[in-house]
Amino acid sequence: MSSASLSLSRDDRPILIAALFILVILIAGTVYTFARFGSAPLLSPTYLLQQLQIGAFLGIVAAGMMMVILIAQIDLSVPWTLAAAAMMATSIGGPLAIPVGLGVGLLVGLINGVGVAYLRVPSMIFTLGVNAVMRGLMVAHTGGYAPQTGATDLMRMLAGDRTLGIPNALFVWIAVSVLVTIVLQRTTLGRYVYAIGNKEAAAYLAGVDTRRITVICFVLCGLAAALAGVLLAGYSTKAYQGMGDAYLLPAIAAVVIGGTNILGGRGRYLGTLIGVVLIVLLNSVLSIMDMPEAGRQVIYGLVIIFMLLVYGRGERVTS
Amino acid sequence: MLDDIAIRVRQNVGIVTAVLLFSILYLLYNLSHPKGFSSAVLVQNGDEIFALAMLAMAQTVPVLASGLDLSVGAVMTMVGCFASYLLTGAAGGTPLHLDIFGLHVGLGTFPGGVSGILLGIVICLATGALAGFINGCVVVYGRIQPIIATLATGAVYIGIALFLRPTPGGKIDEDLNWALTNSLGDFAATVHIFDDGAASWFAPVAWIPVPFVLLILIALLVWVPFRRSVIGRAVYAVGSAEGAAYMSGLPIDRAKIAAFTLAGFFAGCGGLFLAIQTSSGNADIPQAGAYTLNSIASVVIGGTSLLGGTGSAIGSIFGAMILRVISFFFRIFDIAPLLQPLFEGLILLAAVSIGALGVLRVKNTLELFR
Amino acid sequence: MSDAVLTQSAFLTLSGISKRYAGVRALEGVDFACERGKIHAVLGENGAGKSTLIKIIAGVVQPDAGTIRLGGSDVSFATPSAANAAGVVCIFQELSLMPDLSVADNISIASPPRRFGLIDARAQRRRAEQLLAEIGCEDVNPLMRVRDLPLSRRQVVEIAKALGKKPQLLILDEATSALTSADVEKVYAMLARLKAEGVAILYISHRMHEVEALADRASVFRNGRHIETFDKGKRSTADIVQLMIGRDIATQYPPKPAREVPKPVLDIENLSWDRHLDRISLRVGAGEIVGLGGLDGQGQKSLLLALFGVLRGVSGKVTIEGREVRPGSPAAAKSVGIALVPEDRKTEGLMLPMSIADNLVIASLDAISTGPLVDRARENEMIKRAIARLQIKIGAPGDAVSTLSGGNQQKVVLAKWLMTDPRIILLNDPTRGIDVGTKQELYRLMRELADQGAAILFYSTDYDELIGCCDRVAIMYDGRIVRELQGDDLTETNIIASALNIDAATPGAVGAAHA
Repeated sequence: MSSASLSLSRDDRPILIAALFILVILIAGTVYTFARFGSAPLLSPTYLLQQLQIGAFLGIVAAGMMMVILIAQIDLSVPWTLAAAAMMATSIGGPLAIPVGLGVGLLVGLINGVGVAYLRVPSMIFTLGVNAVMRGLMVAHTGGYAPQTGATDLMRMLAGDRTLGIPNALFVWIAVSVLVTIVLQRTTLGRYVYAIGNKEAAAYLAGVDTRRITVICFVLCGLAAALAGVLLAGYSTKAYQGMGDAYLLPAIAAVVIGGTNILGGRGRYLGTLIGVVLIVLLNSVLSIMDMPEAGRQVIYGLVIIFMLLVYGRGERVTS
Repeated sequence: MLDDIAIRVRQNVGIVTAVLLFSILYLLYNLSHPKGFSSAVLVQNGDEIFALAMLAMAQTVPVLASGLDLSVGAVMTMVGCFASYLLTGAAGGTPLHLDIFGLHVGLGTFPGGVSGILLGIVICLATGALAGFINGCVVVYGRIQPIIATLATGAVYIGIALFLRPTPGGKIDEDLNWALTNSLGDFAATVHIFDDGAASWFAPVAWIPVPFVLLILIALLVWVPFRRSVIGRAVYAVGSAEGAAYMSGLPIDRAKIAAFTLAGFFAGCGGLFLAIQTSSGNADIPQAGAYTLNSIASVVIGGTSLLGGTGSAIGSIFGAMILRVISFFFRIFDIAPLLQPLFEGLILLAAVSIGALGVLRVKNTLELFR
Repeated sequence: MSDAVLTQSAFLTLSGISKRYAGVRALEGVDFACERGKIHAVLGENGAGKSTLIKIIAGVVQPDAGTIRLGGSDVSFATPSAANAAGVVCIFQELSLMPDLSVADNISIASPPRRFGLIDARAQRRRAEQLLAEIGCEDVNPLMRVRDLPLSRRQVVEIAKALGKKPQLLILDEATSALTSADVEKVYAMLARLKAEGVAILYISHRMHEVEALADRASVFRNGRHIETFDKGKRSTADIVQLMIGRDIATQYPPKPAREVPKPVLDIENLSWDRHLDRISLRVGAGEIVGLGGLDGQGQKSLLLALFGVLRGVSGKVTIEGREVRPGSPAAAKSVGIALVPEDRKTEGLMLPMSIADNLVIASLDAISTGPLVDRARENEMIKRAIARLQIKIGAPGDAVSTLSGGNQQKVVLAKWLMTDPRIILLNDPTRGIDVGTKQELYRLMRELADQGAAILFYSTDYDELIGCCDRVAIMYDGRIVRELQGDDLTETNIIASALNIDAATPGAVGAAHA
């Protein structure tokens, strides 16, 4: 039995705890709505499905972010990659909309990958710069306003419509999830990713092409951000300035809450999935409670700290 | 002797480069500016540089301990919002109350006048330091990685800032605003010292902008002693090799907490100044985020390694100044505002990629993996 | 059950010390004592408990049971600085220096001279110069960053740092492994001085000749227990080895088969790189074990790295079975059948937090996958075979490889490479820090692989090993191969002479101390 995770208990613990916390949120939220409105919207499938539909965008971004965090890097260019993909897709329109949008993500991922893997610039700072450049490009391209052209029918269908009563966006998210899970658990790429995240030098000396794998991970992250952007534009029927800003920190938080080590090398995708659901449900409960932004931020921060404390922390450095 | 100087220069290449680069850029800027080399321009620049320079200093310390502080922008914003209540300088003081969960709780009156202002400044700086201290405790005792810990605490601090100022507001004493955002002569005139700034011996320095003086004072009185102290060196040691630092008997936990506390203090300085300069408290989340990310860029441009162990807050100050001067250039050359973000981004990317040139010269590829 | 002499004059006394690590008994009921003014060697395989013993004495870890008495009173050290305060100073195998700080900073790191509450840089520098002079190594500039110093200078700094703490009990854990022979002499002189001043000295080393030269007394540990303590000269090397392993060792090295000129597999012509390799020409044939000898840092490691594609800017020609190759990366080297067991298994050979299984297959994933997907059945089979072949002692393949002992970890590294079926095996000091039992297994394995047709290039810092294992030894000096020794010429005298670049025929040239 060879698995990409350490041992069952260590990586499963955060997932179980996060799942438990989701239950807690649902219960607490339902108690509140019952007391205040006499109803339990949180438990209605329609409501939950709608929340998951919105969560799909964050989920796709988080899936891509996880690939990069696993190799001990980070991608801060997600906000404007997402926005740029959305803007380019809506600008071009027609059958090429989605391919062009995804192409943006591919291109940004390649640039990030080359900068980090070949130029060895720390990913935090390089992707930061790329984010600034993407923002600059989009501001110049759109004149600072939201693009006038709207989303194509295909985009709107993928993001907004439902098939068999389930939002299409959810299907896309599930497809991405299946893909990521297969990659991480069953393919050589997945093994290399965990190896590089644990000790890049050892992987390199074992004959692993660590640079190529790094580029691939950044490309996957860029594609995920672009896909989320295209879908989001479909959902809102248009692209708008700064549409990606709200997704960066929650994506990182979701990955970490799901038990992935921010330093790389450890974590299961199921955890990221649960982390996204947790954040989305937390957001919706706070919305229902009419919590002002101030309270939301504080609760958001406290939840992250609390979850990480409960997971069991890093080791003390002794020798 | 020459040997020693050579060694020191080689060890500080990053900072020296930043200083040179800044000097060249600033010289060019003043040459191109219609009113270059004038006190007015200097004062304006100083006002615009100070906050980012303070945040760059703030970010440097946790980075030296091989950590990171993503909450510096939030701490800055939070302290600024506090300041907008405490530094009004109103003669009879400022009545304070707490509106929470539908309750209205009176907190008494915060003193006004000069004593009130001084007290307010002290409280604001202490708040910044406290926020940093909490960051340090979460990282050390919670054993949570700094990136995530400060991401979370940053959210909490921004939340507090939003709570204090849901919409921009508040007021800062006008004299305070005038005194700190202009030249030394104006400062002296406002505070009524040195013959209201007219003293003859004072004239040669009266043109120096107060923000620069503050920057130099804080660097000399806070950073330099810290760097030469045992705890300051422990911060460098922890960033260089934490295991070895433990074996050498250094107080690792105290060093990390000290690093984050100092970061909070510097961020508080920046927030205080920003509030005084804008005469209001503004819980602007995007601005906080931008300041945080720019602080990281300043640290890198200033020659400090993100891996920890080497670098200096002085270098980061110059890194911040380089970033700001670049935006000044846009004003002079009248670059279309639509293109400014693009240029800023490209220059930032180029600046941080310069270090990549070293990679090409590496002969043993194992050195690329630290 | 020990012969430990618990005399009145004992300076340090351990009674009933026990320590467990997650179910593994590192130390069990250890009674131990050492006296002032004596050099006391601590011997034992890896896993025998020496490291744990030292860490307990030095305050790095706490014992689960037992007491420690120092100079007549009971003590308990919660941290290394508490131990330092009591005069117990340890020089560890893994250096305790901060690479980005200067030599002066490192030497006075814990309690620097101060002025107005801040560190007095000038006094600190003078202190560093003083201490370095005491060891006789004034050439180290205290301003230099430790990162910019070669390993031998760093060890000197580490020793100066320990000296500066005014030790009453000095512990050296493999503290001279990277020093040049000249420096080693200086350290011996320093130890003799400390001995005369009444300092108690504990000395851990795997080099028998060092121990024989220095120690007044020696203690052997095995499996976490103190076996025996004896005075200098009372036990022969064979006896000691037997005490350490607990079984009789007839021959240490497998026999070398007589052979005619072997078919060349690896042909190196005029290989040069930077300043470290200078026109190296060497041939390794199928079934040959060729050793690389000489002083540290003469280019041996660089040669192995160059062959494995890690170095850039390498000139010269490398031919494998007649075809020229230019490995530009480890991946390329692997594809032409070269394997490298690297210098530092913990950071270069293994991903420590990952499982044994993952570490074993990481170099062979392409071979056990169909398309992008991994074939789990084949993978498990290969893992089982690898563990059996090398007799790696593990709990389960899913355990983290960090739970294994040093010797077993090295076996995992080797097994990983054997899975790729290499034609050429490069070994970079593979037995450093490995217990005697595993070493012998490795020697046998090397000979087995050679007999099956592999060409082996083997770098070792241990002359005995080179003589015992290798068919031929190439001695390197200053990046060049100065001599190749084989058959009757392969003696320690000749190795040392060539290493120092002295003509062995010159009388009086030999006699330099061996490191």
